[in-house]
Amino acid sequence: MSETAAAVRNITKRFPGVLANDQVSLEFRAGEVHVLLGENGAGKSTLIGILAGMQQPDEGEILVAGRPVRIGSPRESLELGIGTVFQHVLLVPSLTVIENLMLGGNWIRRLARTPALARFRELSALLGVEIDPDAQVGKLSLGEQQQVEIMRALWRGEKVLILDEPTSMLTPQGVRDLGDVMRRLRDKGVALILITHKLMEAYEFGDRISVLRLGRVVGEIAPERLKQMSEAEATDTVIAMMFGDVVEHRRDAEILTGRGRAAHRDRTIDRSGAPCLVVRDLQTQAGRGECPLRHVSFDLWPGEVLGIAGVDGNGQKHLAEVLAGQRAVTHGRIEMAGADVTHDDAPARRRHGVRYVTDERLGEGTVGTFSVATNLVLKEIGAEPFWRRGITDWDRVHTHARDLIHRNDIRTPSEKTPVARLSGGNIQKVILARELNAEAGIAIFNKPTYGLDLQNTRLAHDRILASAKGGMAIVVVSTDLDELLEISDRIAVMFQGRLVGVVENAPDVERKVGQLMTGAAAA
Amino acid sequence: MEHLLTQSFLTALLFYSVTAGVPLLLAGLGEQISEKAGVLNIGIEGMMLFGAYTGFLSAYYSGSFGLGFLGGGLGGAVVAAIVMLLCIHFGLNQIVVGIALTIGAEGLTALMYYFQFGREHPNLAAPPVLGIPGLSAIPVIGPGLFNHNAIVYLAVILVGVLAWLFRSTYVGLNLEAAGAKPAALDAAGVSVVKTRSYAVLSTGFLTGIGGAYMANVGAGLFVPFMTGGAGFMGIVLAMLARGKPIWVLLGAALFGASLSMTTALQVAGVNVPTDVVQMLPFAMVMLVLVIFARHSVLPPALGLPYVRGDRG
Amino acid sequence: MSAETGAGALSSRLPGGERLREARDVALRVLIPVFLALVIGGVILLILGKDPLAYYGYVLRRGLLTWSGLQETFTRMAPLLLIASGLIVAFRAGIWNLGGDGQFLLAAVITAALGPVLVGILPTAAVLIACMLASILVGAAWSLIPAILKARYGVNEIITSLMMSFLGTSFANVLIKLLFWDPGTTVPQTRMLPVPDRLPPIPSTTIHSGVIIGVVVVVLVHLMMTRTAFGLKLQVVGANPAAAVHAGLNVGWLTIATFALSAGLIGLAGSVEILGVWGTVRADWNPAFGLLVVPLVFLARFNGYGVIGFTLFFSALMIGGDSAARRVGVPQHFVLVLVGLLLLFLAVVEYLDHLRRKRLTT
Repeated sequence: MSETAAAVRNITKRFPGVLANDQVSLEFRAGEVHVLLGENGAGKSTLIGILAGMQQPDEGEILVAGRPVRIGSPRESLELGIGTVFQHVLLVPSLTVIENLMLGGNWIRRLARTPALARFRELSALLGVEIDPDAQVGKLSLGEQQQVEIMRALWRGEKVLILDEPTSMLTPQGVRDLGDVMRRLRDKGVALILITHKLMEAYEFGDRISVLRLGRVVGEIAPERLKQMSEAEATDTVIAMMFGDVVEHRRDAEILTGRGRAAHRDRTIDRSGAPCLVVRDLQTQAGRGECPLRHVSFDLWPGEVLGIAGVDGNGQKHLAEVLAGQRAVTHGRIEMAGADVTHDDAPARRRHGVRYVTDERLGEGTVGTFSVATNLVLKEIGAEPFWRRGITDWDRVHTHARDLIHRNDIRTPSEKTPVARLSGGNIQKVILARELNAEAGIAIFNKPTYGLDLQNTRLAHDRILASAKGGMAIVVVSTDLDELLEISDRIAVMFQGRLVGVVENAPDVERKVGQLMTGAAAA
Repeated sequence: MEHLLTQSFLTALLFYSVTAGVPLLLAGLGEQISEKAGVLNIGIEGMMLFGAYTGFLSAYYSGSFGLGFLGGGLGGAVVAAIVMLLCIHFGLNQIVVGIALTIGAEGLTALMYYFQFGREHPNLAAPPVLGIPGLSAIPVIGPGLFNHNAIVYLAVILVGVLAWLFRSTYVGLNLEAAGAKPAALDAAGVSVVKTRSYAVLSTGFLTGIGGAYMANVGAGLFVPFMTGGAGFMGIVLAMLARGKPIWVLLGAALFGASLSMTTALQVAGVNVPTDVVQMLPFAMVMLVLVIFARHSVLPPALGLPYVRGDRG
Repeated sequence: MSAETGAGALSSRLPGGERLREARDVALRVLIPVFLALVIGGVILLILGKDPLAYYGYVLRRGLLTWSGLQETFTRMAPLLLIASGLIVAFRAGIWNLGGDGQFLLAAVITAALGPVLVGILPTAAVLIACMLASILVGAAWSLIPAILKARYGVNEIITSLMMSFLGTSFANVLIKLLFWDPGTTVPQTRMLPVPDRLPPIPSTTIHSGVIIGVVVVVLVHLMMTRTAFGLKLQVVGANPAAAVHAGLNVGWLTIATFALSAGLIGLAGSVEILGVWGTVRADWNPAFGLLVVPLVFLARFNGYGVIGFTLFFSALMIGGDSAARRVGVPQHFVLVLVGLLLLFLAVVEYLDHLRRKRLTT
């Protein structure tokens, strides 16, 4: 049996009103990929935060190489040989690769470039990757940025490497490359901790799987056992750990495994009539760090769900904003129900029945300090019946809000509660209630389930499919291919601002989309 | 017009451009450090004024210009320490605190000065001058540029030193990260709070020296409210310099020249209403801002307190 | 600083106990900074060898408790209320218009220059209205460059409005000395507006009717902010500009409109001060009210009704402080110190309150 590189014993961490970690005990062994599996809110991130020195546990101890340690800061964590790659990129985009790796050196010293380059080459060889050390990080692909992040995590020692949801922003090819890197590191004796909520990844990359639920470790599959299991057996075992045998959680399990895929696809879309959305040769201008659209064209028919796949930052955001009327096009044409709406602004589009559910729920979708009621009419400010001659009818706004809160099952103390105090799932319900009303004809969803737990993910998917069934045309942008496979009729792929292909959601779609995502089939 | 081009006018113009430009240079360089690290230092005007006051007192009571500059630097750093404590450690609104400190410093220095000196305005002796051998003998340029107090040359050398620190040492990397992506710096094991604290204290120290120079060398005495927006001009310089100290130097020279116009014209015996000339530096600032507005770059995390775990 | 008040923050639907607690919290958040500022200010006076109680007592008596002082206090409220209403508009929209002094002075100079010219031509009421309208336009015009730079290029408006303020202060002097200098005077100043053509006093007082304009404008601004679509739009822009874009609001236009409205109201303040009190502008006159009003607006949490109360308090402080400078020997600058301290403690208390709330919720 391989030695224990690090371990946590009886870790408990409380946040106001939440028990994030409850007596968690785990061991991480050298030369082993230990997968921590669980849905959002299961306590994975808190545990990682504790190991990375970002947070302190209330109770329990951490052992590194058998000795109890206190990890008071990220620096102490790094010095113990524990490196962490967080879910969000933690590199300075304006600095070069080697500068990012040198970050954190001793103030007034001259930059120690030569030893840094030596270490860089050492780690490049270890990871089996090739990156220009003088490239600006902001110009690298997300996959390359992640490789730099892994180097940063291993920079001061390579005992333990923590990867927090590392595949969420990668192409299928990027995921395969990451798998190679993980295996290489494991074979060199690194203890890897892989956090994920995807069962298939856990099975593919993991030697040992631990399942977390509501802050507790609810089960573990040891390597010997895991090796003997088929994928289906492992999946069933994990689902049993996560949900027990409760039948009503079957849909959750399906989302987790991707088994519920295309359950609705027994229906066919009638594309004989005129499309309700025609997009031709759209181009936009990029701001700093943005990817503009390049010659984007597609059609959309009523009742259809078009998935937009692609790695984050390939122009999806611009596409969604252009369709919503929030961003100007520099070239091209948009027609809705035969009318040219290319230069209509957002309110005019909204009158055309366009709805946009943004991915930045608190960033732009709502005003956090404003009440739920105000946020529910945020896109109607000044319009009848809530305003008459510009004067606000607050009673009507509040009555309207109470009605929507009731009908959409929004959990809030009152309609006057600031929306930022609601949970992510409930904020999403507020936005969905605002956008998906009777007059909606075309809806654009940008990462509709990002950061939501399984129950709210299921609710959002149901809302989308029900709306499509009711005749709405829907565009769903997502970086989660599994999600698109589940709800889309067709899937389009964006690569470097271009729409590189549109494929029917048929059995071999995954392979085709994977190819398109790397830009391989762009020609 | 021909007397505008006399030797005495040109010499005076150069000389007073330096005198007026040095406080701007020091404030601009100081603010540049803060801005790089992601701190918007609206209180810089207060730091400068307080530095002018403490710098004047130090020089007045010690008789030493060197101690005067030190006193000014420390005075500026004291005000900066309040920004450090309230805005960086506790995350209070940087703008509100900055305005409060500027108003407070205006009131406090005027009040204290009144209680110390009443309506008298004691003067300092003429500041010691260090002529650069050889260069100071050149006509016009020599007395204009190379016949100043030693602190002037130090300020110019500081431009090179800062450029080197920003480019070739960890100071530059850490500051850049603190302003552009504080979470990355944190993850690399460097405290964002400490980095920003050092940055703000340096700003206060440099700006305070600038204030002391304005009082002790520029005017030879302290006058309430004497900074008159020079600190704010430092912010403009830092905004437009895009992280390059050399641009602060050039900007300070430009604004310094427009500030010195009043004095230089008086020396040349030209009678233009002072108010017209006093508009010049601010008009120049606005003009530069209008022309270069689209090129001014500020770090993404500017003005935002860093809270570990808040991902931005 | 919480933004939205909706139909009134203390809604009737909250349970009674909670409403009481809210009211108490609001009172504490306001009173603690005022108290702390006065205490620390007192300590400073002690250090300088003055008796703080004697000073505060004198200021209180002079500013509020004598009839002549009270009249002066009310007179001083007029420009402060108008500046405050201008700042409420800007701050609620998230815009830092700190160029008040320049806007105020230029509008004052234009009023002083225009008034005497129109006196012979138009009836008094028309002269007053024409002057006030002109001052609103002048104030608004002086905010245009910062507004456009902010709207088009996102240039920080704190800096640009401050620079325009310095520029405006000098420009006002230039106008007086080069264009509007009354030849009959030795010290440069504009022609004097005859007393009968100024804003009439409130009957049987020396308080000019500008204070009524101030109160009405503050209330109107408050209603506009809380009960109209335009006010709500400004608040969305202020609270979350990205959400404003998302909701289809024209953020650039709203920014310019906010700036113009804010600066226009501050310009009106300058006009009212001239039409009510001075009748002329002398060169180098600059009461520098602009930044002094900032903490009042924050203390009132951008609430128009609250602003009226704080303006009364602050006017009394200024009027009392004015004569205290002569009688007690504490110069006016002390009021600046108090303002700085007030703003500082306001930020601290706000922060502590934020921490406490965070611990209570979630």
